[in-house]
Amino acid sequence: MPIYTLEVNGQTRTVDAPGDLPLLYVLRDLLGVTGPKYGCGVGVCGACTSHVGGQAVRPCIVPLHSVGAQPVKTIEGLATGGVLHPVQQAWVDEDVAQCGFCQPGQIMAAVKLLEQNPNPNDAEIDAAMSDNVCRCGTYVRIRAAIKRAAANL
Amino acid sequence: MAELTRRRFLQYTLAGTGSLVVGGAFVGADRAEAALDLGEIVDFGDVVVLAESPYANNLVLEVRPDDRVRFELPRLDKGQGIATALAMLVADELDADYERTDVVLSDRRSDRPFSITGNSAAVRAMWGPVRSLAAQARARLITAAALRWRIPVFGITTQNSVVRGPGGRSATYGELAAAAAAVLIPLVSTSPKSISQYRIVGTSKARKNARAIVTGEQKYTLDTPVPNAMPTVVARSPDIGGRVAAWSGSAAQSMPGVLGVVAIPSGIAITARTFAQAFAARDALQITWSPGPVRGTSDAQMRSQLAQVNAPLPGAPPFTRTLSATFEFPFAAHAMMETMAAIADVRPGSAEVWFASQAPNWLASEIAKAIGVPASQVKLHVPFAGGSFGRRLFGEAAIEAAQVSKALGMPVKLMWTRSDDMRHGRFRPMARCQLRMSWLGALTVQFQHRIASARTDFSHGLGDALSAAGVSVLPNLFGQVGFQTMVSVPYRFGDADHVLTERDFGVPTGSWRSVFSGTMTAANEIFVDEVARERNWDEVSFRVAHLDDAAAKRCLQKVASLGAWGRSMPPGHAQGVALHAEYRSACAYLVEIDTTGAEPRLTRAFCAVDVGVRGLQAQMQGMLFDAWSAMFRAGNHVDDGVVRESSYADFHWARMRHAPPTTEVYVFPAASGAQPGGAGELGIPAASAACVNAFARATGTKPRRFPIGEFS
Repeated sequence: MPIYTLEVNGQTRTVDAPGDLPLLYVLRDLLGVTGPKYGCGVGVCGACTSHVGGQAVRPCIVPLHSVGAQPVKTIEGLATGGVLHPVQQAWVDEDVAQCGFCQPGQIMAAVKLLEQNPNPNDAEIDAAMSDNVCRCGTYVRIRAAIKRAAANL
Repeated sequence: MAELTRRRFLQYTLAGTGSLVVGGAFVGADRAEAALDLGEIVDFGDVVVLAESPYANNLVLEVRPDDRVRFELPRLDKGQGIATALAMLVADELDADYERTDVVLSDRRSDRPFSITGNSAAVRAMWGPVRSLAAQARARLITAAALRWRIPVFGITTQNSVVRGPGGRSATYGELAAAAAAVLIPLVSTSPKSISQYRIVGTSKARKNARAIVTGEQKYTLDTPVPNAMPTVVARSPDIGGRVAAWSGSAAQSMPGVLGVVAIPSGIAITARTFAQAFAARDALQITWSPGPVRGTSDAQMRSQLAQVNAPLPGAPPFTRTLSATFEFPFAAHAMMETMAAIADVRPGSAEVWFASQAPNWLASEIAKAIGVPASQVKLHVPFAGGSFGRRLFGEAAIEAAQVSKALGMPVKLMWTRSDDMRHGRFRPMARCQLRMSWLGALTVQFQHRIASARTDFSHGLGDALSAAGVSVLPNLFGQVGFQTMVSVPYRFGDADHVLTERDFGVPTGSWRSVFSGTMTAANEIFVDEVARERNWDEVSFRVAHLDDAAAKRCLQKVASLGAWGRSMPPGHAQGVALHAEYRSACAYLVEIDTTGAEPRLTRAFCAVDVGVRGLQAQMQGMLFDAWSAMFRAGNHVDDGVVRESSYADFHWARMRHAPPTTEVYVFPAASGAQPGGAGELGIPAASAACVNAFARATGTKPRRFPIGEFS
């Protein structure tokens, strides 16, 4: 099997794996990076949402060979030292999470939204966040946390 | 008397580490003080609280030398926040530093036979025991300080994990823990404080694991680092409950990464280096399936059978006017974000399993049966769970993981794919609710509800609560008993009754957040709206005039005021209200809907809840989405024995774009000295009905089948 070198959360990691292996299983099963969650495996729930090359992607449908030299950032790579990213801090301040399983993906999606649109309105939040399922129904507080983070960024 | 018996068994263990451990000893199978007559049971949660009472001191609360306080919670936290709620209670009663108070989920304990997490009763059941335990620990710490300082206990105070005495004396809890464990007789009262003295309970605290969740550090079952436990999936029949007739795994066995292929009763399991490789090998298996028990049956047949068995309504009282309605609910998956998953390491003479279980003792016995070991050899760890909604009362994945681990002789981490979870999981039972109200002028004479439903599977033993409480119930009668104890009508509707008829279709079912109330009480509240309009009443006034439950009434009046009930709305827009009283709690919702767009949308939502504790905003908001999803968008279908849906792409759970831009939850402050009621399922019936009522008023229709999006 080929050897791939990845940059994951600022660290260089090598894996020996087939090129068509989706990134989610590379991260979780081979590298022990378990922040991104399996929720559907087919790109419809958003629980694994992470950033590759600065774009928000669904690692469960991104083949390993397509990653190349693009940096991979998962929820684990968002905080700097012990300091939470403003979006993470807003999530804590608004007590967003219930079961929390979807939240790594929600946060990574929200970070990307705010990078592209620093002050989104309700309709823009709806559009950007509706591809991430939350079964507990934390949407009201996700919306509030995005607005709080927007004010603090 | 029973109190004395328990106290005598109570032990204070000096652990090798110098900790004070309160509880931890089996207290004997004393009977609950007051065995109940079934006729007295008005709320099933009361039974759960009673069932817990013989084990009240059989809990572990530890004060450690490093000043940390640790409580082992014998319940499952699956996002409802009970670990945080109980950390607040422990810290408050013990005068411990909340930040250094840890609540961990207990491994399964065979000496706590009743440890089911259910019926919104976790905090209710733990409330008294935890207060009592923490009060005993605090009394011992004070006594230890008095003995150390050789002073009377009078004037010694506790705060923030520090004991203070006259003359500037102070010692931390950790410094006193070992001495406190050696105290024979506390010199101060071991009674809990009055609830009005609490300073942490009643405030809002972010959940304890909020930071772990947002950093990705929170470990769910499959994130648990168990060395060499390898990814495993199971090839399952296309239809529900189909079995393997013949199979060949030769192609799969030689695929990249595959470590093992083994037949288990539910299918063929593949263990591989990664889950993706296990999926690929699963798809390469050649399997001939024998049909499952539902083959040949589809929704239409089950609907018509429910119509046939739905007990007929008896004749209405003479001279009355009547209104009738029938509501139909589909099967609905629990669909928690974390699919069913388990880790198992089975070796000769031992089995260690990780599974987020709501019923760990029952599950351990099922695992033991499946792999042929005594239940005493099954060690079951209970990780924090990514949702449950009732699904984790069962633990099929844990049983499968143990079977595979045993067969392969290696630890495995077994995951149900999303498709497995939806096609082979369990469902809220399909149900048909037939209602009629009869009245004479302004007087409501009769209210009758006949519900026909697919049988709810309670084989996980929720009935244990009843037997532990001294009530004998034959297992196959639990559905009826549970139904009668879970059902309540908070109105004076004259001669009111509810009759449940169940039918077993072979489709796996289970309790789904709010169980019978989610369909039956929602139907009541939709029907109450229709009756009010038929009788020319305002929907809120009609309820207020008939309500027999003060808490429900003030919740209703509160949302009517918050949401300005009756305000004028543009065409296609409307308000809807509904309420629910159960679990010794009450709530009401008022929502506003806009039906003029491509799909209906909630625009504002108000909830008022009276539970006796704070910190419920998240739950009450969340249940609005359960309601919206189940009533408007998401249902499951069975086609010739096969579940049609396989992911969130076709099980249309609510998304951000369905969230009302304005949402407000009002939590009534606890009455002085009040015990908390249950809240984990409370909102579903009222939120469901409020949304439907708003839709009905906006569109002038009478919804009869759900989800509305499929049938309107």
